[in-house]
Amino acid sequence: MKKHATKIKADNLCFYYGEKKALDNVSMDIPEREVTAFIGPSGCGKSTFLRTFNRMNDLIESARVDGRVEIDGKNIYDSDIDVVKLRKRVGMVFQKSNPFPKSIYENIAYGPRLNGIRNAVELDEIVEKSLVRGALWDEVKDRLDQSALGLSGGQQQRLCIARAVAVDPDILLMDEPCSALDPISTAKIEELILELKDMYTIVIVTHNMQQAARVSEYTAFFYLGKLIEYDRTKKIFTNPAKKETEDYVTGRFG
Amino acid sequence: MEQHIDKSLVRKNRRWGEWLIEKGVAFVASLSIILIFIIFIFVFREAMPLFSSMSLEEPTVEAPSGATPKDDVVPNEDLTPEIYNPEVYNLAPASADVPAETAPESYDPNAPESYDPNASASDASSGSTPESYDPNASAEETSTQESAPVTGDEPAIERENVSLANITGTNWQPVSEKPKYGISTLLIGTAKTTIVAILFGAPLGILAALYSAFFAKKWLREIIKPVIEILAGFPSVVVGFFCLMVVGSLVQSLFGLDFRLNSFVGGIGLGIAVIPIVFTITEDALSSVPRALREASLAVGATEWETAYKVMLPAAFPGVFAAVLLGIGRAFGETMIALMATGNAALFSFNIFDPARTFAATIGAEMGEVVWGSVHYNMLFFLGAILFVFAFGLNTVTELFIKERLIKKFHGN
Repeated sequence: MKKHATKIKADNLCFYYGEKKALDNVSMDIPEREVTAFIGPSGCGKSTFLRTFNRMNDLIESARVDGRVEIDGKNIYDSDIDVVKLRKRVGMVFQKSNPFPKSIYENIAYGPRLNGIRNAVELDEIVEKSLVRGALWDEVKDRLDQSALGLSGGQQQRLCIARAVAVDPDILLMDEPCSALDPISTAKIEELILELKDMYTIVIVTHNMQQAARVSEYTAFFYLGKLIEYDRTKKIFTNPAKKETEDYVTGRFG
Repeated sequence: MEQHIDKSLVRKNRRWGEWLIEKGVAFVASLSIILIFIIFIFVFREAMPLFSSMSLEEPTVEAPSGATPKDDVVPNEDLTPEIYNPEVYNLAPASADVPAETAPESYDPNAPESYDPNASASDASSGSTPESYDPNASAEETSTQESAPVTGDEPAIERENVSLANITGTNWQPVSEKPKYGISTLLIGTAKTTIVAILFGAPLGILAALYSAFFAKKWLREIIKPVIEILAGFPSVVVGFFCLMVVGSLVQSLFGLDFRLNSFVGGIGLGIAVIPIVFTITEDALSSVPRALREASLAVGATEWETAYKVMLPAAFPGVFAAVLLGIGRAFGETMIALMATGNAALFSFNIFDPARTFAATIGAEMGEVVWGSVHYNMLFFLGAILFVFAFGLNTVTELFIKERLIKKFHGN
């Protein structure tokens, strides 16, 4: 078994929405430059867990976190952490594609511009590179100045991936990126994920167990806010250690 | 094969109660629409005789030269002679050009609500104590009441023609022996105050909306929003009073002006009335921008402010634009504040620190004393029609521009 360096390390992480405990003592190590999938029934806390990695949960006023999440050994819930810088290193793709109501070019250039890149040539390069990585370049290179909202759903989602990639993050978080897409668009995104995993640490939340089996190296199964089992994807799907995992992956519940 | 038909579906039930309610709602709705339409027609009908009586030629000078100087209002002794020089007065029968040159200084006593020389004199001497205002206000009242019957009777008996040159002139002196209806003076007055109002009110309203929508804590937002919305229903006479008393003195001492009331003070007052409108509509527009856009922006490492400014505000732009247009409409049509705080003198001046008079304030001030059916009366309705057309145009622009172009822009093809 190939040993990977740990990129993200959660340590006894608890998460509360007001009084409700959404995550219960979750500890796990996520390897660098691999695809890790989170599976589990709705409301099991997998998306919440994913959103603790870029502190997106800070937006919820009643939310509270206990425990640690380390990225490259640094606890991101320390008080000296700059959340803005953190989010530049931890990109995110959402369940529903959410391009800005701007042109395709402006969507990609938005992040680099925030980082102070003003040079037009440099921006052009970044936009092209990001769209190539998002497997969208060939489809949109002739209409970069058109509204991103004119793209199809699958194209919009790849644009969102390209937008996340444009700020050059280490980690890509994907929150059910294919749940609103048709099978062909889904296949394209999965292909893209496999291409990107050499460059980025990818964590993907999915409802689709086949998808987890196809794209991920490691899989974590969550149930009722607890991490039930975390292992190589192959082992989770063929020979799970826990009864609940087996019931879920064989489709007995969920 | 015989087909079985379910009879229970065929029989038509008359739901009389619902039918009645439906018709009642339709009746009330059409009644209100008809009412608005009738007002519309009325305003235009009353303004129409102006055009039928309008002559394109210059009117012949009927008034003997001696009659002009001793006008309706007794000229005050303090007045500088060159402004009230009878010769200057007679040299310009159409009164289009000559007064324009001396316009900023010329406080004509002919205009009914114009700056009473007493007002400025007592102002300068007794400072800006509130008490000094009561005598002026009453003096103003009496002067108009005196003037109206004296000169107003003549045009009612024999309608004088009004020339195009008169209307396009720069003097608004409807109650005088030779009435002048230069609406450009009022137009400038309205534009000045409206511009000040929108430059003051719109940024404040938009920034307050940004703060409330994105930066304020939830409990704070729940206080701010209703409080500002209540401001929208605030009686404008109170705002006008506040500007008359407080803002006027403040502006005077701040800029070292001779007069307390001017179009800047009026503009601030109108701006106060504009803020809640701009705030409410902008806040709604900002709140209705999908949360997903905010998350998307934050997720690529934007700060809250960058997100608000670069993503949320542009996405809500149609709503913000509509808010500003409606704010302009409010400032344009607001009567009481304009009447109380602008100084209300029809001066042809582009200086915002000169008193001004708006369309709405003119109607509000003069409609009570105007002779029914006179040119002056038609003129006031004509001003009303301009307000109507402007408001109508503004709303049409809001509708078309926002619904057609912007929505298309923001939602792809």
